[in-house]
Amino acid sequence: MSESLLRVNDLRTYFHDAGAIARAVDGVSFDVARGETVAVVGESGSGKSVTALSILRLIRNPGRIEAGSSILFEGREMLGLSEKEMRDIRGNRIAMIFQEPMSALNPVLTVGEQIAEVVRVHTDASRHEAWERAVEMLALTGMSDPRERATAYPHEMSGGMRQRVMIAMALVLRPALLIADEPTTALDVTIQAQILELLQKLQEQLGMAVLLITHDLGVVAEVADRVVVMYGGEVVERATVTELFDSPQHPYTEGLMNAMPRLDQKTARLTTIPGIVPPSTSWPGGCRFRDRCAYAWERCEMEHPPLYAVGENHESRCHLAIEPDRRQSPHEPLAARAGAHQ
Amino acid sequence: MAAESIGTSTHWTRHVVRHAGFAGGVLALIVVVALLAPLISPYDPIAQPDIIGLKNAAPSFVHPFGTDSFSRDVLSRCIYGARVSLSVAGLATVIAVTLGTLYGAIAGYAGGVIDAVMMRFVDAALAIPRVLLLIAILALWNGLPLWLLVVVLGVTGWFGLSRMVRAQVLSLRELDFVAAARAVGASSPRILIRHILPNVVPTIIVAATLGIGHVIILEAGLSYLGLGVQPPSASWGSIIQDGADQVGSAWWISLFPGLLIVTTAIACNALGDALHAAFDPRHTTGAMAELDS
Repeated sequence: MSESLLRVNDLRTYFHDAGAIARAVDGVSFDVARGETVAVVGESGSGKSVTALSILRLIRNPGRIEAGSSILFEGREMLGLSEKEMRDIRGNRIAMIFQEPMSALNPVLTVGEQIAEVVRVHTDASRHEAWERAVEMLALTGMSDPRERATAYPHEMSGGMRQRVMIAMALVLRPALLIADEPTTALDVTIQAQILELLQKLQEQLGMAVLLITHDLGVVAEVADRVVVMYGGEVVERATVTELFDSPQHPYTEGLMNAMPRLDQKTARLTTIPGIVPPSTSWPGGCRFRDRCAYAWERCEMEHPPLYAVGENHESRCHLAIEPDRRQSPHEPLAARAGAHQ
Repeated sequence: MAAESIGTSTHWTRHVVRHAGFAGGVLALIVVVALLAPLISPYDPIAQPDIIGLKNAAPSFVHPFGTDSFSRDVLSRCIYGARVSLSVAGLATVIAVTLGTLYGAIAGYAGGVIDAVMMRFVDAALAIPRVLLLIAILALWNGLPLWLLVVVLGVTGWFGLSRMVRAQVLSLRELDFVAAARAVGASSPRILIRHILPNVVPTIIVAATLGIGHVIILEAGLSYLGLGVQPPSASWGSIIQDGADQVGSAWWISLFPGLLIVTTAIACNALGDALHAAFDPRHTTGAMAELDS
């Protein structure tokens, strides 16, 4: 593996609110190499978006990145940087695109102004130079007639166009890392494919790494090199994309895959994972997934599973790694039984 | 659907434009008259041609608004008075809007304790009636200079606006585009000035338009009480005061400046309301339909 661009180590982001502590991100580690695409997958409440915001240190009160966490970017410890130094990195070395392109764009500024603004914040470029770079970047996102489009306001554009603008804003300074938080969730399926294709093309052209936050395994299969599966504020499985899809080890990953429609298998009905993610203020002891798991046994209640190595570059936070026989005897998860009684 | 929404939106637009246009036209006329006063004014506003023969002459073709007790032409005095009234009100409003916007924006953006302390001060200031506050302050001077009157009117006029701006900034700063601005490395002052304040501009414009009308009346009231504009300068308010003790015999001295004050204030309010309607997203059917799609 090449030199790592971003190394997140034991990241803990807790929200302290009126005595309760929500451990939204609870000891997450992973790294991203230059130029590669790492997908962070998980359902709502798994801590993936908080992880993304933590990397840019955009967590606001009452949230806090706890002592002992470490985020190394280009060899520098980001958690020790001043706010001023962080501002130099944001939008410049690490950029982020948001899920909802309508609300993430300022309604009273033209899209060209908003892209140029990024240039003006970080460089000495004149108003005119910044504008030229904005137009150039819009052209790079495949927008026809970029000079004219730059003078449009966000509400004059379609969802796909706005997401192109967001991408242009993020990439205008050629960052080394792009964090994309559910970049296609708010878009039509046909537009989704276009945007993903565009992101991949630009990634190749500009040689940046992408940290893709998503709940959509279809997207992951399409673009990712490696995958980090999150559940309950933790990494539960980490593997290359082929490894993960060929042999998912964690029951949660398995569940996510079964919940996804596939063309090569005939299934009458998609399976769901019973229950919901427990609240982050009270993670259960032992394994955090056990109530929703079809294999859970006593050990899962007593012992918090570590990340077991289950193959080359493949880790899983499940005791099945050391007691593989248990896989033969699935049962109904606790959450499903509780649900049936209601 | 599309055709219908376009239809209603143009109809509505015409409606607003007509009202705003009329009110704006009246205001523009008054401003032009004030600017061109030396060219338009039929007489010298402070000349006293015949203090006995032309005293309190009723309106006529020669003196359309009549003359006052010093034989001065009331029309000319009203034309020159427009300069004083409008510039005092305009400048005072500029001061008030600047202070209110800055104060409210800082409180709303900072939030927390800073916001709480800043806003309690505004609450306290709003609890004192403005006229009372002005009378108390102005009574400290004996014949205060015009610029000081402007400053005092401005400094006492920003409390309400600061609240509106603060409320807007408070909700704006939670929006995604502010988070996005932070994510591209913009500093707090930059986010406030470049990203948030442009969204507050409609509120400020409406408040300023309404504010001017209000200050014109306020200044007239103070001048009427002898606390405002001091002679030899004359505002509409002080012209009313000139004729106040002889309204029974020479009503024209007070009536015409009074009508001008009312007209200007109503025009300001109408324009402010029309602008408010134009900026209010709930009225802009066309734009909203587009947002939904």
